[in-house]
Amino acid sequence: MDDSTSLDAAGAAFASADLAWMLIATALVLMMTPALAFFYGGLVRRKNALNTMMMSFASLGIVGVLWALLGYSLAFAPGNAFIGGLDFAFLRGVGLEAQGTIPHLLFMAFQGTFAIITAALISGAVAERMRFEAYLLFIATWMLAVYAPVCHWVWGGGWLAEMGALDFAGGTVVHVNAGIAAVVAALVVGRRDDYGRRAMLPHNVPFVLLGAGLLWLGWFGFNAGSALAADGVAALAFVNTLLAPAATLCAWMALDYATTRRTTAVGAATGIVVGLVAVTPAAGFVGPLGALALGALAAVPSYFAIMARGRTGLDDSLEVAAAHGLGGLVGALLTGVFASAAWGPASGALAGDWRQLGVQVIAVVGALVYSGGATFVLLKLIGLIVPLRADATMESQGLDVPLHGEEAYTEGDGAVLLPYFPAHTEPRTAAARTSLDAPSEANAASGVL
Amino acid sequence: MKLITAVIRPERLSPVLEALFAADVRGLTITRAKGHGGETEAIETYRGTTVKMELVEKVRLDIAVSDSFVQTTVDALLAGARTGAVGDGKIFISPLEKVIRIRTGEEDMAAVTPPEPALAV
Repeated sequence: MDDSTSLDAAGAAFASADLAWMLIATALVLMMTPALAFFYGGLVRRKNALNTMMMSFASLGIVGVLWALLGYSLAFAPGNAFIGGLDFAFLRGVGLEAQGTIPHLLFMAFQGTFAIITAALISGAVAERMRFEAYLLFIATWMLAVYAPVCHWVWGGGWLAEMGALDFAGGTVVHVNAGIAAVVAALVVGRRDDYGRRAMLPHNVPFVLLGAGLLWLGWFGFNAGSALAADGVAALAFVNTLLAPAATLCAWMALDYATTRRTTAVGAATGIVVGLVAVTPAAGFVGPLGALALGALAAVPSYFAIMARGRTGLDDSLEVAAAHGLGGLVGALLTGVFASAAWGPASGALAGDWRQLGVQVIAVVGALVYSGGATFVLLKLIGLIVPLRADATMESQGLDVPLHGEEAYTEGDGAVLLPYFPAHTEPRTAAARTSLDAPSEANAASGVL
Repeated sequence: MKLITAVIRPERLSPVLEALFAADVRGLTITRAKGHGGETEAIETYRGTTVKMELVEKVRLDIAVSDSFVQTTVDALLAGARTGAVGDGKIFISPLEKVIRIRTGEEDMAAVTPPEPALAV
């Protein structure tokens, strides 16, 4: 059998520790998208909780499938400096042969979980008003036209890889990329009707904390998994993923306390995410003390950007730009400062190598320009096919019922069962209508208790 | 004195409160409620279970006012709560026999006149 031979031949090339760790890391990164759903879902009003969470969950499906069919090839197949070719389309040639020390197929899946969460991150900028159909079209096309090329530039042998840009786990590919797309999406879709007029408060702060905590757990797979091996680099990235967000959390609580004499829970959750974002490009390149400094410093720009953003016309509703765009940008630049040859492959400005910082700037600017421009074009094109926005009535009453036909929190009061069997649609008498509690004959016959 | 009870859409609560406070109506109680006012029922599906929601979430406001404030209060409610679609709600006005402020024991007119607001902390 061809299968067994390829397994045996490939099996010899795998390092089983690497293989085991990458299986777990892939699952951890996949979990970050449901975690993001809780983080985002808690931040919106209760009438939009399901819509907001579904924006993340839908990416697990749509981006997951498209990544296997086409996205992976565009990102990682041999191609030109800008985009990969079609050699791996429909997973042709992506089997159990070794890619490094793990099966190529597993590498594809690991990278797929990154594409899924990157697309889902953008949803925070358009929450509570974008139409679901338009959003699905957007994340599908955005992953293929924006994420896959930028991923190719940095990790797939494209022009930024050639230049030596350092992006350990996706500060530029994931966070700067999603952050600028979020700004453009918020501008094109437009601000919520209530924005700047009425208070729009998080409906479930414990969800926000839960989401941030699970994101942190998943991020160990994201960063330490980016070593693609169970080795010292993975251990370094793992520890930096512990330390940098811890420092950001301390700095964030201190900033909160200094400005308002209070430390907020939503602020703490946000600080954790900003720290995770900032350490992402640096995780395998900086030492643990560098990670602490990087994490603490990264809190400052994002904190003040969030404080200021609410007074501007930019309704980036869940602060994707400030947390991911700015956090990723600061992290990418600080990677060029704190990178240490004692720990990783290159030295940064702190060790006197200013060239690396220059390369980091080019990488960030490249992602900003391309992702921003392409996101604008995609949304304008999608807007020609379907409306981008929910209508005003839907928006004021909440998107969950009109777009999804469900409520996040219902006690079922006043819910009248629509009989399943067509024969039972007839005997809906006036008596059955007015008596909400008494089970009607139709209900009893269809087996409802 | 009258007791004004209004049932409104939850998403209109903020505009209603703004209008009431602007009209200097500052004593009120709100309750989350559910009601049926003839609007089209939403159809919801939870896996195989499809239901028609006969009750819609509403907010109920209870406001005790002196007679001279009745029209002001009604105007503010109308201005804040009306969208023009079925389901905007109702205002009920009923006579009020007696009002007692618990803190001071003041009665009637004195009890429905809001105190000077304490400075926000």
